[in-house]
This record gives sequence, C-alpha cells and structure tokens, in this order.
Amino acid sequence: MHKLQQRYRYSFILLKQLVKTDFKLRYQGSALGYVWSLLKPLLLFVTLYFVFARFLNFGDTIEHYPQYLLLGILLWNYFTEVTTGAVGAIVGKGDLMRKINFPKYVIILAGSFSAFINLLLNFVVLSVFMAFGGISIGWSGLLIIPLIAELFIFSIALAFFLSALFVRFRDISYIWEVVMQAAFYATPILYALQIVPHNIAKYMILNPMAQIIQDSRYVLITNQTQTISYVYGGNSIIWAIPIGVTLITVVLAATYFRSRSKYFAEEV
Amino acid sequence: MSDEIAIKVEHVSKNFVLPHEKVSSIKGLFTNVAKKRHGRTIETQHALKDISFEIKKGEFFGIVGRNGSGKSTMLKILAGIYQPTSGRVQTYGKLVPFIELGVGFNPELTGRENVYLNGAMLGFSEAQVKEMYSGIVKFAELEKFMDQKLKNYSSGMQVRLAFSMATRAEADILLVDEVLAVGDADFQRKCFSYFRSLKKNNKTVVFVSHDMGAIREYCDRALLIDESEVQNIGKTSEVSREYSRLFIEQSSSEASAEQKDKDKRWGNGNAKVKNLSLNKTIFTDRDDTLRLTVKVEVFRPDSDLMTGFRIRTAAGQSLHETNTWVANKKMPELQPGETCDVVWELPNLFTDGEYTIDTYVYGEGTVVLDAWDEGIVFTVKRPDAQGFLINIPPSVTIKK
Repeated sequence: MHKLQQRYRYSFILLKQLVKTDFKLRYQGSALGYVWSLLKPLLLFVTLYFVFARFLNFGDTIEHYPQYLLLGILLWNYFTEVTTGAVGAIVGKGDLMRKINFPKYVIILAGSFSAFINLLLNFVVLSVFMAFGGISIGWSGLLIIPLIAELFIFSIALAFFLSALFVRFRDISYIWEVVMQAAFYATPILYALQIVPHNIAKYMILNPMAQIIQDSRYVLITNQTQTISYVYGGNSIIWAIPIGVTLITVVLAATYFRSRSKYFAEEV
Repeated sequence: MSDEIAIKVEHVSKNFVLPHEKVSSIKGLFTNVAKKRHGRTIETQHALKDISFEIKKGEFFGIVGRNGSGKSTMLKILAGIYQPTSGRVQTYGKLVPFIELGVGFNPELTGRENVYLNGAMLGFSEAQVKEMYSGIVKFAELEKFMDQKLKNYSSGMQVRLAFSMATRAEADILLVDEVLAVGDADFQRKCFSYFRSLKKNNKTVVFVSHDMGAIREYCDRALLIDESEVQNIGKTSEVSREYSRLFIEQSSSEASAEQKDKDKRWGNGNAKVKNLSLNKTIFTDRDDTLRLTVKVEVFRPDSDLMTGFRIRTAAGQSLHETNTWVANKKMPELQPGETCDVVWELPNLFTDGEYTIDTYVYGEGTVVLDAWDEGIVFTVKRPDAQGFLINIPPSVTIKK
C-alpha cells in the first residue's frame, strides 16, 4: 500500500512538471505567446465563418450559427491536438525512457492536460461570443461538464492507443492524419446535421465526436441542434452506443498500452 | 554492511530480438510474414544469460566487463528500464539510477526551471526542491546563472548543476554508470568525496564500469560479466585479476602471430631487438629478482644508441619505465652485424597479476629504430600482495 502511494506520488509530481514544461516551451520565443492558443482557433473560425456562413449560407438553417460553428471547432481542435500530439509522444521521449524508469502513461496524461488547459481558455473566448450573440444559458448549461468529461476520456483513450501503436508501426502518423481529415468532414462541425439525409445522419451521430459536439451545442447554443436523442427519438438504447464506443476504446487502449509500456524503452 | 539484502537477481536472462530489417511499417508486417517462416529475418541476441547474484544493504558493488559484455544491460534491468526475458529482480528500498546526469534537462529552459524538472524526475515535489534549491545552486557554484537558459551554459556548468542535483537524491540504492567518472580533476574529486559520503551513510551503491581501477577504488565486491555470463563474483581483488586475464587471453588469441607482430613492432629498422628474455615467467617470491636481457643488433651504425623498457599491467596501465640514458649508461658503438646485451635487474615489487614488457631502441635524435610492444608476458603469483598496483616491502620500527 505504501509502495502504491509512493508510485502515484511520483506520477503526480512528474505530471505537474511535464505540463508546466510543455506550457513554458510551447510558445517560447513567439511575441504573442499564450495569445496564440486563443488566436489560432479564432482565425480558423473567421475563415470558416466567411466561407460557410457568408458565401455558402450554411448558417441560414440554424440560429447563432457563428457560436455554433466556433464551439464545434473548439471541441474538434481539442480532439485533434490530443490525438495527433500523442502519436509521436512516446517515441519523442525515447531518450528519457532509456535513462530512467518512470510511469509512461504520465507522458500521455501530460499532453492531454496541456490541451485541456487550452480548451478551457478557449471556452472563455466562446463565452464572450455567446454574450455578444445574446445567448443565455440556464442550469442545463452545466450538462456541458459530463460532455467535456466524455470528450476528455475518448480523446485520451485514443491517445494511449495511438502512441503505443506508433512505437511499433511508424505508418500510424500518416494513417491518422488521413483519418482525421476524413473525420473532420464526416463529423457535423461546419454544417448542421439537418442538411444531411436522415439515413446517413443516423449513422454519423453514432460517432462519439459527433454525439459530443451536437449535445454540447444543444446545451450551450441552440435547441435547434439535432442530437442523438433527436435523431433516434425515444430509443434510449441507441443513445448508449457512442458511450459504449468510448468505453470499449478505453478498455482496449488501456490493455494495449499497459502490456506494451514495459517494452517502450527498448523498442523506441 | 549487514546481512539484509538490497537487490536480489535470480536467473536473469535478456534477449534482444534484432530483425535484420526492422518491421516498423504495416506493409512490412505483411511482407515479412513469409520470410519469418524461413527464420531469416530474426536474430536473437543474448545480452545476458542466467545471471544470479545478491547485493547486501550498505554494500558498494561493482559490475565490470568489457564493452559489449552485457554490463549496461544488467544495469538497465536493475533500474527497471528494461524487462528481463526470464528470471526476476527484486529490490528492497528506493532505487535511483544515474545512467546519465541531469535526466530530463531541457536546453530551452532556464537553470532554475531545469532544477525543478530534474528534481521531479528524481521524485522530488516542488516544495521539496524549493527547500533545497539554494543548497543545490551553491554547491554547483552557479548563483549568477540560474535565470539563463541551459543552452547558454558551458558543458562544465551543466555537469556541475546535474551533479549537484544528483547528490540530493534520496535513495537507499543508487545505480551509477561509468559516465559519471568523466570530467575534469576537480569534478572527479567531488565525485570521490560524494562516493565516500555515500559509503559513510550506509547506502547501497551499484557501480558499473569497464575501468577496473575505479571499481577497485570504491567497491567491496564485484561481478565480472563477460560474453553475457557471470565470469566471477566476489572480492574486488579477485575479480580484478580475472578481469586482467581476459585481456591477456584476448591478446594472445587475437589474429595471427604475424599480424600481431606487425601491429606491435615498428621502427626504421637500423637496429633491432634481436632477442628479449626474462629469467623466469612466473615470480612467486618477494626476493625474486627479475632479470631482463635485451639483445640489440645493429644494421647501420648509430652514435647515440639507447634502449629501454616499460612494464605494464594486463589492463594496459604503465607501471614503470626506464632506459639506458636515464640509468646513465652509454651503449657501445656497434658495427653492422654486431650485437650487445643489455641486462636489467629489478626487485619484485609487483603484486599478484599479469604484466607485459615493451622494449625499444632509439637512435640519434631519438629516432625509433625498433619498438616492440608486449614482447614478454610474465606472471606474479603473490597471495600476500593483492589488490594494489605495487608492493613496497616496508621496514617498520616502533618506539616507545
């Protein structure tokens, strides 16, 4: 018991320092520094807003489309940052792993927490936009918390899986890049789900990312958002599918990472 | 030292699988399946074979071996960095490895930030590092530089900071790699006194090196690993002798005799050591005299001939060197074809072990006419004189 306590104490100390280091290093030498973590999604938002809302009129079918779009982008960005960042994370720490034995999962946790802090900062920007857009949220807005938790868990599970897989198969980085590109369009981020034919939409919404983004929009932006419960009506068993996918990913990723992590030092 | 065990290693083996073409792409995984069946693509390297030993609490334990013998793999298994293929390792107490100083140091961070980062790697919380921060900086003598980035430090400054951190590590067992033994004389002295203090505080230290001298300096017991297996384990002096023997065996079995001569003999050939002999090959007694006869043959006259010899340990360390010029004796002027014998006598000041003798003949302007490395090997068997480089017979008087 004492040994267990010792071990988690070490993990916690390491995690704290790695997250701090990551933040110190991230924007080092750039004039705007942390501002970039806010500017980056905002600039992407501005571009997409002009293309899709102004020129292609995607926003006509949905109220508060700018905020709707921004929220989608923020959540998707977080997902991208955690998963693509994780692909090379273990291999990148190869040198360290050959010098000292430490719990490897800390590396992935640290990457995830750094991105999470970014996400929280971005939510501050979003709330300003929401205030300008005259969106008011009630207590039901708190439902965003379990949704963010689901996002955190789903992302980190994939991060564990990808990082461990990359140690053995270096093709993963290219494959994941392509997958993410396709997934960006297969997830209702730019467009509202209602413009997609129902027989396609009912499959799209089973993707945990789609479910999370749509549910988040529903609780924060507009109840015009088509969520999984809207698409499937009262069939509550279906609602469990994205959660189930998340949980299965967690179990698989944890098992695989645990079994491989002992050998990272010699394999990277 | 007590009878309590700090580290227990039981039948540890480690194999590294070396695919000739590493399968690190998914296409490779498929295309290699066919080849694997023929067993062509995989080669298993046995880095360690059935290693067992115990290290007691408070012991200074050396692991010695030549390059590629498996000693570093053993250290990494002790540190938990590598997993043994079979067998097991148990450690009792907190273990901190120093395979490299300053683990996790990042050149883009300041000295101060690196202290916190490295501290975390060693298991210190921020509060703990804060407490010892000023001590660390003072010991490293870097007070003025802590807010500069590490990349602007000289390598000496980096080592000082890293070492200062290492000395703070709170561990029951320390694993120390030989890389720590590098550095300038001043740093070596610091290391030395640090090791001394560890010994005093009853810490268990495992020290890995290929330098027997360093092992002898600090360790109570040692383990000799060669070709992935335990060759010897026991008192440092015994292991040290065995280690020296490895080099002798190696040199006598290496390449052909002709090639050996070519590598070990050079010079312009105006004169040659025609014959080199020693009165005995094994010296057992303290009163033995070593009589070395060097027969020099001249092919072109030289007005300033000089000959000498050097005695080295099996590990290559020079113990003694002298020549006719130092001894203030002049060699006769010889005509082509003439020879002369130079006979050296010296007392048996040697300790248990094996030694080699190099001889040389110099001409006018200290031109090398003939140099012959390791021309003779001799053994000293002196159970009464072990573990030191030389053995000086003392005379002692006690007065009251």
